[in-house]
Amino acid sequence: MPRRVSIGFATILVVCFLWLMATTVLGLIPSGRFPSPAETWSALVHVSGRGYGGGDLALHVYNSLRLVVMGFLFAIATGVPLGLLMGWSRRAEAFINPIFLIIRPIPPLAWIPLAILWLGLGDAAKIMVIWFSAFVPSVINTFAGVRNIDRPVLEAAYMLGMPKIRFVTEVLIPGASPMIFTGLRLSLQASWTTLVAAELVGAFYGIGRVLNVAQQDLYPGMILVGMVTVAILGWGTTRVLGLAEARALRWNTAALAAKG
Amino acid sequence: MNRQISLLQSIVLGFLGLACFLGFWQGMSMSGLVSNIFLPSPLEVYERFTTLIERRFAGATLPGHLAASFMRFAYGFLLAALIGIPLGLLMGWYQLLDEIVSPLFDALRFVAPIAWVPFAALWFGTGIGGPIMIIFAGAFPPCVINAYRGAKFVDPRLIEAANMLGTPSRRVIMEVLLPSSIPSIISGLRVSAGLGWQSLVGAELIVASAGVGYMMVQGQANIQTHTVMAGMVAIGLVGLALDSALRGAERVIQKRRGLEQ
Repeated sequence: MPRRVSIGFATILVVCFLWLMATTVLGLIPSGRFPSPAETWSALVHVSGRGYGGGDLALHVYNSLRLVVMGFLFAIATGVPLGLLMGWSRRAEAFINPIFLIIRPIPPLAWIPLAILWLGLGDAAKIMVIWFSAFVPSVINTFAGVRNIDRPVLEAAYMLGMPKIRFVTEVLIPGASPMIFTGLRLSLQASWTTLVAAELVGAFYGIGRVLNVAQQDLYPGMILVGMVTVAILGWGTTRVLGLAEARALRWNTAALAAKG
Repeated sequence: MNRQISLLQSIVLGFLGLACFLGFWQGMSMSGLVSNIFLPSPLEVYERFTTLIERRFAGATLPGHLAASFMRFAYGFLLAALIGIPLGLLMGWYQLLDEIVSPLFDALRFVAPIAWVPFAALWFGTGIGGPIMIIFAGAFPPCVINAYRGAKFVDPRLIEAANMLGTPSRRVIMEVLLPSSIPSIISGLRVSAGLGWQSLVGAELIVASAGVGYMMVQGQANIQTHTVMAGMVAIGLVGLALDSALRGAERVIQKRRGLEQ
């Protein structure tokens, strides 16, 4: 839609222009409240060159990204199998569901103090809370995905006497994968939110650490750099997941077409 | 799928599951494998919970902290609904507005709500204003998105009929778009409330001097694991109550419109 794109560009240009006018030319917004473009640029140069809050930008990005990826993969590796099990066996569902019902209402962020008590301020505590925030959506969506598989497909597999392992890898997982990916997307967003919060509460490196130090130093330019970095990382990882989804679900042309 | 199981079986299995979970926890903390300071037993957490209801910790009793948190939540959530729902409806109705706001909105959406904490503290302080802004940042996007979807997917025949009868735009919005997007708006509010409540907890962990999150941070600083766990239980209970209240509202509205399946 060229009209949409051009209006979008125009809007962003206008916003940038207003930003420049309000902070630099007219001085409507004092620089202690919101940084001007020049201050943001100098903060970016500062953090990527000399470093800020214990390291340079690349180190902070690397640390945050590493923790999110580790926690997220760990959550997939545990959550998806559990979801498959609960979807497959009504007994497992009946056994596990009540435990979930009491743990689920506790938001992932509320686990941060406990994680710090148990594991301190290092990587392990962050991975624990990220795991926790990504685990619940992966289990629930995998479970729902298995339950949404067409009954005739399952019955056909039974009737043909498919061995259990092949049934799981060739029927259950592919059948549930559209929902699994929906869950993963939610998990990924939750992972970023949790990581930033955990790093704001206490960390040695990471984007949240940059935000935290910048907040204490009253350094608006650096705060903005940190926020933009978080947004870019969130967007980038979501893109990567989207590409993985498109590859994994190539067979599912109908769903992809519906998505556009 | 495995065979069906009876209701009795599922209740028994459910109780068994819960018993295993709590039993394992109690056993771990009693066995001394993990220090009691770091893993208090479920009973101790329960006792701490009841003590906190009466006795002050970190400046207030547990109900006091909850009230402080809930006040902030209510302000942030109402603000998000009051601004987000009309914005979403207008975006669904005026294409130009949609095209102008959408790119900005999409860019901002990727900023985790909790990443607003430094600016929130800078602009509104850490008392009540800062946390409200964080809740707003968490609760605002679902309000906009769902109101937008609601308005966008209104049955076109209704709008055509309204247009044909020469209804002015303002009345179309108030009397056609708004009522028919209410189910979508209510589900948006449910998502909003969940995200807002969770953002609030995050904000209180970082910048507050009252509230459940603050109580938990103090518990953590004093190495009182049972206080932290009691706080988690309280947060979970309030979250659950909020969600069931909105779920109830959703059901009532759907029933009234005959949408119930």
